[in-house]
Amino acid sequence: MEELHHELWIVHAVNDIFGPVAATLLSPLGYSFGPEETVIPDYLVMAAFILVFVTSIGVLLRARLSVENPSKMQLVAEDLVTTLDNMLTEWVGPKGPRYLSIVGTMGAFILLGNLMGLVPGLMAPTSNINVTLGCALTVWVYYHIQGVREQGIGPYLKHFAVPPGAPIFIAPIMLPIEIISHLSRVLSLSLRLFGNVFGEELVIMILARIVPFLVPLPMMFLAIITGSLQAFIFMVLTMIYLGGAVATEHEQEQHDVVPA
Amino acid sequence: MRIRFILTSVLAMVVLGLVAPLHAQETAPSVGSELIKWSIITGGFALAIAASFGAIAQGLSISAAAAAIARNPSAAGEIRGSLILGLVLIESLVIYTLLISLILFFIQPFGG
Repeated sequence: MEELHHELWIVHAVNDIFGPVAATLLSPLGYSFGPEETVIPDYLVMAAFILVFVTSIGVLLRARLSVENPSKMQLVAEDLVTTLDNMLTEWVGPKGPRYLSIVGTMGAFILLGNLMGLVPGLMAPTSNINVTLGCALTVWVYYHIQGVREQGIGPYLKHFAVPPGAPIFIAPIMLPIEIISHLSRVLSLSLRLFGNVFGEELVIMILARIVPFLVPLPMMFLAIITGSLQAFIFMVLTMIYLGGAVATEHEQEQHDVVPA
Repeated sequence: MRIRFILTSVLAMVVLGLVAPLHAQETAPSVGSELIKWSIITGGFALAIAASFGAIAQGLSISAAAAAIARNPSAAGEIRGSLILGLVLIESLVIYTLLISLILFFIQPFGG
């Protein structure tokens, strides 16, 4: 595994600038770093790049918003928001557009993260299991919080044990099944994204090692498709989980098929 | 002039293609115990089995979706949405196997 890892100059530069600061900040927590050690790992540097990129685009776009004379970027952004709103209404319900922010953020972060791996000099942060696990845990905690907020803690816990319309004695069977299925969602969300991106990078790297010219190109094209698809799927699954958690009892009968 | 350039580039590609695998073989790690060997063989076969059955399942779902769209083209949008969701859920099972195989190949939990 180590021979596939390579140092990126951009990570090196960021570590030269911010490394000592981060090391000083981390030293009270019990971490200590040698002089030649990389303090900030490469996936964090790439995630910070995405953060800066998306934030600057958002700030720029916001400064130029206008009703009479919309710019091209504004039209594209409006289209994206409208599409997301429609998808949220379809998957979550009429109150869906309330969750636009987390779904859109996850989609933008994962899409940019997947496509970053194809740019020379950068790497895909989502090809590290820590990043995808972080995304999955964020979504998992968020939809539970929203479910409790929407239904109250009692009814929300009750719908784990007794599905709406079912008799009460089914609870001892349903409770373990529901707990396992909810816990496995974290695993499936994170491992699906990680395996897809990492496997794609591995295939490209192995092909580039055998014939380092033109042969990895079809794989890179495939990586664009699967990267966008994985971002889309992450968003759709987030919406489905949110819909399952947020829907109240009489709405729930339409949402009874929830994939793991 | 142009033909010579094409000939040179083709020759260069052939030479690269011949040299690169030899170069890659030099750095291949030597296989240690018997267990590592068998775990790597198992990983390859597991991935082959998972990929073949996943391909069958995806083909079934795509054919059903194509038939449904042909029968009722006005429902194409919804069918396509659930088709993509189902395809990815099938694919993720294959990807879990890929991850297990990758762990067997690279991390080698059985000794090493």
